[in-house]
Amino acid sequence: MTKKKLLRFGSVLGIAVLGAGALAACSSADPLDNSGGSEEPDAGGSLVVGSQDYYSNEIIAEIYAQALEAGGYEVDRQMRIGQREVYMPEIEGGKIDVFPEYTGNLLQYLDADATATESQDVYDALAEAMPDGVRVLEQSEASDQDSYVVTKEFAEEHDLTSVGDLAGIEGLTLGGNSELEVRPYGPEGLKSVYGVDVAFTPIEDSGGPLTVKALTDGQVQLVDLYTANPVLAGGDLVVLEDPEALFLASQVVPLASDAVDDEAAAIIDEVSAALTAEDLVALNARSVDEEAAAPTIAADWLAEKDLA
Amino acid sequence: MNLFADALAWLADPSHWQGPGGIPVRIGQHLLLTALALVIASIIALPAGALLGRTRSGGAIIGAIAGSARALSTIGVLTLVGLWLGIGIGPPLVALLILAVPSLLAGAYSGVQSVPGEITAASKAIGMSSAQVMWRVELPLALPVIVGGARAAALQVVATATLAAYTADVGLGRYLFTGLKTQDYGQMLAGSLLVILLAIILELAFAALQRLAARHASPHSTPALSSRRTSS
Repeated sequence: MTKKKLLRFGSVLGIAVLGAGALAACSSADPLDNSGGSEEPDAGGSLVVGSQDYYSNEIIAEIYAQALEAGGYEVDRQMRIGQREVYMPEIEGGKIDVFPEYTGNLLQYLDADATATESQDVYDALAEAMPDGVRVLEQSEASDQDSYVVTKEFAEEHDLTSVGDLAGIEGLTLGGNSELEVRPYGPEGLKSVYGVDVAFTPIEDSGGPLTVKALTDGQVQLVDLYTANPVLAGGDLVVLEDPEALFLASQVVPLASDAVDDEAAAIIDEVSAALTAEDLVALNARSVDEEAAAPTIAADWLAEKDLA
Repeated sequence: MNLFADALAWLADPSHWQGPGGIPVRIGQHLLLTALALVIASIIALPAGALLGRTRSGGAIIGAIAGSARALSTIGVLTLVGLWLGIGIGPPLVALLILAVPSLLAGAYSGVQSVPGEITAASKAIGMSSAQVMWRVELPLALPVIVGGARAAALQVVATATLAAYTADVGLGRYLFTGLKTQDYGQMLAGSLLVILLAIILELAFAALQRLAARHASPHSTPALSSRRTSS
C-alpha cells in the first residue's frame, strides 16, 4: 500500500469508525433490543442469532430465532448490530451463528469484482466466496433489491409486465437517488439492455415518500424502489420484471456458522422456503404502518405458516 | 491531501465543464436559484420589516419569528413541502425562503428602527411628508443595515441551495449527492469548493454594496452614526 492509499484508507476508516460509533450508540438505546446483558459464554446448545441495524432484517432474524426456539434450541439474540463492516468480522470470528443476509449485496461486499447478477449465479458465487467457518443455507424467494416500479394505472395503460415493455414509450422520466444516473443499471443500462430511453430526475430520499409521491403524481413515470419496500404492499404500484437481470439479484439468505447442526439448518431452511417475496413486504408493512415490534410480527408470521 | 488532488483533477477534467450537467450550467442554476430566493424573500421581508421598524413595535415578534424560522431543519421543510407540492424546484425554493426571510426581516427592522428619533422629527419639522421621511431619510440611513441583512441571507442561501438537488436536477448539490453515494469524494469536494467560491464572491460583492450604502447614508460620516452602524 502506498502512502497515499494508506492516507485515504485511514480517512475512510475514520469515517467508518465514527459511523459505527453512532450506530452503536443508536442500537444501545433501541427499545426493541431485548438482548440486554447477554454476555454469558456460549452455553452448550445455545445459538447466537444476530441482525443488521435494519428493521426488516431484524424481523427475519427474529423469525429464525423463534423457529429455532420452537425446535428446542436455546437462542441468544444479538439484534441490530450495525452494518456489514461491523458484523461480518464477528460472524467470521464465530461469535454469531445465524444471520440473515442478502445474496447480491453480500457478494459485492465479499468480492467487489463479482459479475454475476442473475439469482442462481449470485447464490453460487456467494457460496464460493464465503469465508471459512461460515456457510450460506438455502436462499429464500424473498428479496430486498433494486427494482423498477411504475404505477398500476401506467402499467395497465401501456400493458407493462417487464422492463423491456417500456421500450418505445416517449417522454419517460426515471426518478431515484442521484447515483442511479451513473449506475450500470441506470439510464444507460435501460438503453443498452432493454432499449428503453429515459430522462432522469434525482429524488434524494432513497425511495422514500417523495419518490413515491413523484411517481403517483406522474412527475416521473418510473422509479427505483427496494423490492421489500412496504409501500409495494398497497397494490397501487407494480414492480416490472427484469428477465435480463439488469439488477443484481439480492435474495434473503441465512448465514450459518459451524455451530449450526443439520437439524437447526433444516429448521431455518424450512423458514426460507416459506418466506415469499409478498410475505417480506407484508412483514415490513406491519412494522412501518402498525409500528409492531419485531418479535410480535415474527411470532404472528410463524403461527400463520404453522412453523412454530 | 490526496482528496484535494482528486478534487482538483476532477475540476481540471474538461468533460466536466460541458453539456447540460456541466459546471458552468450548474453554477448558473445555482446562482439563479439563489437570486430568485433572495428576491422573493426581499419582497416579503423588507416592507414588513421597515413598517414594523417605523412603528418601533413588534421587535419581540420579529425576534421570535426570526429565531424559530432559523431553527427549522431545512431538509425537514424540504420533505414536508415536497410531499405537498411534489418534486421539482418548488420545495427547495420554499425552504430557502424560510432561511432567507429572517435575516432580511431583522435587517430591515433594526435598520429603520435605529434611525434616531430626532432626525425623523427634524425631517417632519422642515415640512417633509410621511412618505418623504420614509423614502428620503429613514431608508437611506437604514440601508447599510438592510444590506447587511441581505448579505447574511445570501450567504446562507447560496450554501443551502445545494439542497435543491434533493428534489430537482438543479445546482451544484448534484455533485455533492452523487459524489457521496458513489464514494467519489473528489467530485464531492470539488462541488463543495465551487459552492465555497460562490459564497466568497457573493460575500465580497455584498460587502462592497454595504460600504457603498454606508457612504451614501452618511457622506460626511459623523462618529455617532458610524458607530451605530457598525454595532448593528
